[in-house]
Amino acid sequence: MHEVGIMQSVLEIAESQARASGAVCIREIRIRVGRMTGVVPESLDHAFAVLRGETMAAEARLVVEFVPGAFWCMTCAAEFEADDLIGGCPTCQRASFDMRRGRELDVVSLEVD
Amino acid sequence: MCVECGCGRPGPTRIDGKPADQVPSPLVEDGGRHEHDHARPHQHDHEHPHARSHEHPHAHPHAHDHSHDHDPAPGSREIAVHQSVFAANDRMAERNRGFFRALGLLTLNVVSSPGSGKTALLQKTIERLQPATRVGVIVGDLETDNDARRLRTTGAPVVQISTGTLCHLDAEMVARAVGQLDAKTLDVLFIENVGNLVCPAEFDLGEDLRVALLSVTEGEDKPLKYPPMFRHADVVVITKTDLAPHVDFDRAAALANIGRVNPNARIVEVSAKTGEGMADWCSYLASCREPCAQP
Repeated sequence: MHEVGIMQSVLEIAESQARASGAVCIREIRIRVGRMTGVVPESLDHAFAVLRGETMAAEARLVVEFVPGAFWCMTCAAEFEADDLIGGCPTCQRASFDMRRGRELDVVSLEVD
Repeated sequence: MCVECGCGRPGPTRIDGKPADQVPSPLVEDGGRHEHDHARPHQHDHEHPHARSHEHPHAHPHAHDHSHDHDPAPGSREIAVHQSVFAANDRMAERNRGFFRALGLLTLNVVSSPGSGKTALLQKTIERLQPATRVGVIVGDLETDNDARRLRTTGAPVVQISTGTLCHLDAEMVARAVGQLDAKTLDVLFIENVGNLVCPAEFDLGEDLRVALLSVTEGEDKPLKYPPMFRHADVVVITKTDLAPHVDFDRAAALANIGRVNPNARIVEVSAKTGEGMADWCSYLASCREPCAQP
C-alpha cells in the first residue's frame, strides 16, 4: 500500500487544522483505518516516524482506531462482520454482499498546544 | 519519497514530459498547485508551504455522543477533525466524472498487475473500435513513454503520465492529463493505470467503469490474493486466453474465485493476440456507451 502517501495526507490535514485553530504544536493525531483498506499498520507507523520530522507533529503520538469490515447481504439482508472480502454470508452462504464499513481512512481528532 | 532531493515529498509527476503542475487543465485551478520547484537549488532547513485551495481551513464543531478513552494532557486541547484522507481525491474524481458525463464520454479505468496485457488489450481494442468510435487514452507508468508510443501506433491521441515514484494514478493527475486531450472530440476514454494490484483500488479517477485484468499466466487465485482490486471492479477481463493450455489454466477455478470476491462483476475472456473474444468485448463496450451517448 501507499502508506507514505496516506501519512503525508494525514499530516497535511492535521497541520492545516492545527494552524487554523491557532495551535503551535500537535501532541497527538488520532486516525480511523478500516480493515478493508489494506493499510499495513507497521508501514503506517514507519511512514509517520519518517515524515513527521519537519512538521508541527514532530513530537506527536499516532493513535490508530481500526474498524472491522461490515457487510450487508443482498440476498437475506443479514449484516455481518468479516476480516476479508472472500467467502459468503454466514446466514445464507451466498456470495453477494455490500460493504458497509471497513474502508474508512479518516483523521478523527488532534490534541494540540 | 522524492528521489530528487530526498525531502519526503513524492517525486514530481510529469505529463508528456512536462511537470504536471505546469500542465493547464480546465478541471484544476492553479491555486491547487503543489509548490515544489526542483529547478532551483534549495536547502531543506525550511518548511514546504502546502497552501492548497481545497483544504478546509476551519474546524468542524460537533457534539460528541461518545467519550474518548483519554483526556488531553494539561495545557493541551482536542480538535475534532473527522476528515477523510481520500476526501480531496474523491472531490476531484467527482469533478472529473461530471466533466466526462457532460461530454457523453465513456471512461474506463483499466487496472492490473504489471504485464497482464493492459496495453496490448487497449491497442487491439482501439484498432477494432476506430474509426466508428473515437478513442483517447491516458496511460500511467512510473517511467518511460513506451506504452504511449505503442498505443499511438493506433492513431488515437495518447497522454502519458509518468508518476515518478507513485504506485497509482489519482484524480488530479487525470484532470491534468485530460487538459492535453481534445476531450469533446472523443467517445471513449481509456485510463491505463499504473501496473499494480494493490494501490489503484483506493483511488477513484472519475471513471464510469473499472476494468480489472487477470492474465491466465498469473494463476487462478489472483482474485483471492488481491481481493480489493477485483472487488471494486465492474468488469474482470481474463487475458491471454491463447496461453491457457500452456500454463494449465483452470478456468472454472478462476471464475469461481472471481465470483467469491465479486459476484456482480461481468467477466470477459479475450486473447488480444489471436482476437478470440475481442468481438464480444467490443460489443460490450458499445453497449456501455449507449447511456453515455444520450444527449
